[in-house]
Amino acid sequence: MNTRIKEFQPAKWNEPILMTMTSPGERGILVPNAEAEIDAISAEAQIPAGLRRTDIPALPELSQPQVYRHFLHLSQETMGQAVTPDISEGTCTMKYSPLINEQICADPRVADMHPYQPVSTMQGTLKLMWELEECLKEISGMDAFTFQPGGGSQAIYTNACIIRAFHEANGNADKKTEIITTACSHPADAAAPNTCGFKVIQLFPEENGYPSVEALRAVVSDRTAGLMITNPEDTGLYNPHMKEFVDIIHSVGGLCAYDQANANGILGVARAKEAGFDLCHFNLHKTFGSPHGSNGPACGASGVREGLKQFLPVPVVTFDGKTYGLNYDLPQSIGKIRSFWGNVPVMIRSYAWIAAMGADGLRKTAEISVLNNNYMTKKMCQIKGFALAYKTDSPWHLEQTRFTCEELFQATGVTGSDIRRRISDYGLQSYHESHYPVLVPNPITLEPTETYSKADIDYYIDVFREISEDAYQHPAVIKDAPERCLVSEVDEHGWCSDEATRAMTWRAFVRKHGLPDFSNG
Amino acid sequence: MYQLENYVHPYIPNSAPAVERKMLQELGVERIDELYDLIPEDLKLKRRLNLPGPFLSEPELKRHINGILRANVSCEEYLNFLGAGCWQHAIPALCDEIIGRAEFLTAYCGDTYSDKGKYQALFEYQSMLGELLGMELVSCPTYDWSCALSSAVMMAGRITGRKKALLVGSIAPERLSQARNFCRRAMTLELIPFSRETGAMDLKALEEMLGNDVACVYYENPNFLGVVEPESASICAAAKAAGAISIVGVDAISLGVYSAPAAYGADIAVGDSQCLGSHMQSGGGVIGFIASRDEDLYCAEYPTRLYSIAPGIRGETFGFGQCTHERTSYVMREHSPDFIGTSKWLGAICAAVYLALMGPQGMREVGETILKRRAYAEKRLAEIPGICAPALCGNRFKEFVVNFDNTGKTVAQINARLLDHGIFGGYDLSSIYPEMGQSALYCVTEIHSKADIDQLADALKEAVK
Repeated sequence: MNTRIKEFQPAKWNEPILMTMTSPGERGILVPNAEAEIDAISAEAQIPAGLRRTDIPALPELSQPQVYRHFLHLSQETMGQAVTPDISEGTCTMKYSPLINEQICADPRVADMHPYQPVSTMQGTLKLMWELEECLKEISGMDAFTFQPGGGSQAIYTNACIIRAFHEANGNADKKTEIITTACSHPADAAAPNTCGFKVIQLFPEENGYPSVEALRAVVSDRTAGLMITNPEDTGLYNPHMKEFVDIIHSVGGLCAYDQANANGILGVARAKEAGFDLCHFNLHKTFGSPHGSNGPACGASGVREGLKQFLPVPVVTFDGKTYGLNYDLPQSIGKIRSFWGNVPVMIRSYAWIAAMGADGLRKTAEISVLNNNYMTKKMCQIKGFALAYKTDSPWHLEQTRFTCEELFQATGVTGSDIRRRISDYGLQSYHESHYPVLVPNPITLEPTETYSKADIDYYIDVFREISEDAYQHPAVIKDAPERCLVSEVDEHGWCSDEATRAMTWRAFVRKHGLPDFSNG
Repeated sequence: MYQLENYVHPYIPNSAPAVERKMLQELGVERIDELYDLIPEDLKLKRRLNLPGPFLSEPELKRHINGILRANVSCEEYLNFLGAGCWQHAIPALCDEIIGRAEFLTAYCGDTYSDKGKYQALFEYQSMLGELLGMELVSCPTYDWSCALSSAVMMAGRITGRKKALLVGSIAPERLSQARNFCRRAMTLELIPFSRETGAMDLKALEEMLGNDVACVYYENPNFLGVVEPESASICAAAKAAGAISIVGVDAISLGVYSAPAAYGADIAVGDSQCLGSHMQSGGGVIGFIASRDEDLYCAEYPTRLYSIAPGIRGETFGFGQCTHERTSYVMREHSPDFIGTSKWLGAICAAVYLALMGPQGMREVGETILKRRAYAEKRLAEIPGICAPALCGNRFKEFVVNFDNTGKTVAQINARLLDHGIFGGYDLSSIYPEMGQSALYCVTEIHSKADIDQLADALKEAVK
């Protein structure tokens, strides 16, 4: 047993809510003083009477060191990927985000650029975007990319819009009304095409973890506009019938979009092109090493094959052999998806990551992420009460695995959600159970990317082993978890959701509950 | 699959050959290839990818990337007067420091037990934004202002059961393009004419367009052309009288001196927090928000995640949890009328630090100094023969339209001359609003000193000759 296990203590600062820390008159930062001639101009006279602010917004008044300390404390109360082996967030590809890339992106030539500067003054940025596009074309086999989507879901939406535009251009928009996806693809693969106006049909996995060719055949028709699918799915299982799926969709004139948000296990191993896909997308903040930023900045890079380029959002980056430019003139473009051209620093970090890894490094990333996962999976399955979620055809998974602790639950009453809270008591991130729909009871989805050492994985397994022992011997410890974390369980369905109690802002809280005593933190 | 020779990378601990061998032994396989048995052979890539590098050491990588970035000229080097939805404001050092903290920078979806600090910072962002907006319900960040607007229009459609949205005609063309794309399934968008003299909405036209089929009226304070709506309260009242929802887009940094949208009757506020401490990043810096009253009617239609403060069930602590998660596309999936995903929370944490530093007095001062500096810039530019500034006479905040028709030169020609002086001139409006002639949108903020503005005036004087 790992002796570190019981010793974890999170930083606990009992940090008050900022609004209650105010100390009237203190200043955190000063605004540049207007020169005398400018200062003499009236500000108030310029604001129409009906728009002049008459109240003082109740922002806190604090000096700079106070604000600094407050947010440092909050940061210490956050378990970032760099802080702990984040094997927990399966499907999220929690990998090391190289610090050198942060240094690169802090440069004013990245940070302090305006999107409407003359293109002659942003040749560096445009070249990096061009080069990144070249890399992703090679990695996927697609023929063009856009980096405009601000995240994976927006990239899926972009691809749905391109599918719609393709059928419209062919005069088939009225007929091609249905998108097929799978229940274990990301929820956005269902929600985004629905937002776009398609009817969405979902395929459910068989006992072996993925949908069958027969199930697909049963729902394919002339109405099929396309397939939007993750593979390997959120279960870490690669559907070996992928090519057949794609061929069936193509046979009725549909397009196939490959959700490769998490492509970590197949970089340099298998590409969208060889499987016949027409579109794909990568999450640059997952597979390509840009940090997750507590939930973004993100970038969903959408790729298309020849024949679909004319539908990409504008602008697209151009290169005439000498100069880089931005082309807004795509008459068949789906239009704008996000403001300007997307999260540029995320693109630059991803290019830097690819450049630092090289072709062999990408392949090594895939291989080690798969090795790590299978090593972890084997050990997890040896722990009492834990098992694979599916009776898989192969003994091996790709980069992530969905487990179930149903056996443990049946024996002890301890749920997957209880364990999820408990592992944070050991300095580990709370894990991803499953996206909806939840198809297996008490699911646990883990992903030990290439970032984690054997010792990290061994520690992680030791924690689960101890939790299993506790669950069978004294389950209350797990059910009452967390024990050492900063907060006990909160009531999401009741307190957080009820109009009478919930508070997304301090002013709502005070109106509903009065000023509280948070002296205990 | 081709075989990799020994390849040890500092980002990959288990690439050390001895460790790799040991792990393979544990699995009882010879080679990693065997683990890929579910992928059919004909789908596997038989060759090495053709990619740049590798630039394995940090100095090599840095030299490579910096060599490319050298072709950029930043707004630190040149004097910048571009705005148009992405604005250069002063950025406190503490903003960069806090969002550079690895704990925030590398966190993701962990919940309140492990990431309480992240949620508290987010809650504080929502709370301070709520104070500025006068609203109790503030969303987690959306991708950007345009996304927030699009989702708000769709929300209004669902709340009212109506399908038509009226949008102020001065809306940025790119924002309109985004909204048109997004709302296409559910809503029709119609533009409310605006005055080419003042830049403000044509209220008579609004009256005529309003009817019992209108879900919402959207306008901006200030709008894309820099002008605020002096009759904001009337617009909101007119919308309300027609049973429509009023949505106003606001510049968050103006709210220390401008009324909270709730105070003049707005039902929903949207906007961008980039101006609150985030770098422009070629437009990457944008962060959207949606806010409203805290009522189920509105709450039920938010597409974003919503996080509430909540007591721990032991009662001794507070934490944070999701409000009505089942409302989101994560649960609704194929029935979801909108969708969410990873957006821009780091920008929200940044804005929280910014607002905490600024406080009420800082927000007032920054608003006042922007108004004064912009007015000074207009005055200096108006002195130049042939230049009309401001070309739209409605009340302005930080941006204003400059017309060059009487100089006989195009904006493109003038901006090219300014570039020679190390100045990024205003955003060229001539192709967007041909009827406004050779006009450009200039942005002046608290960072522009008198000397900067004088330098612009001097350069323009020469450029229009």
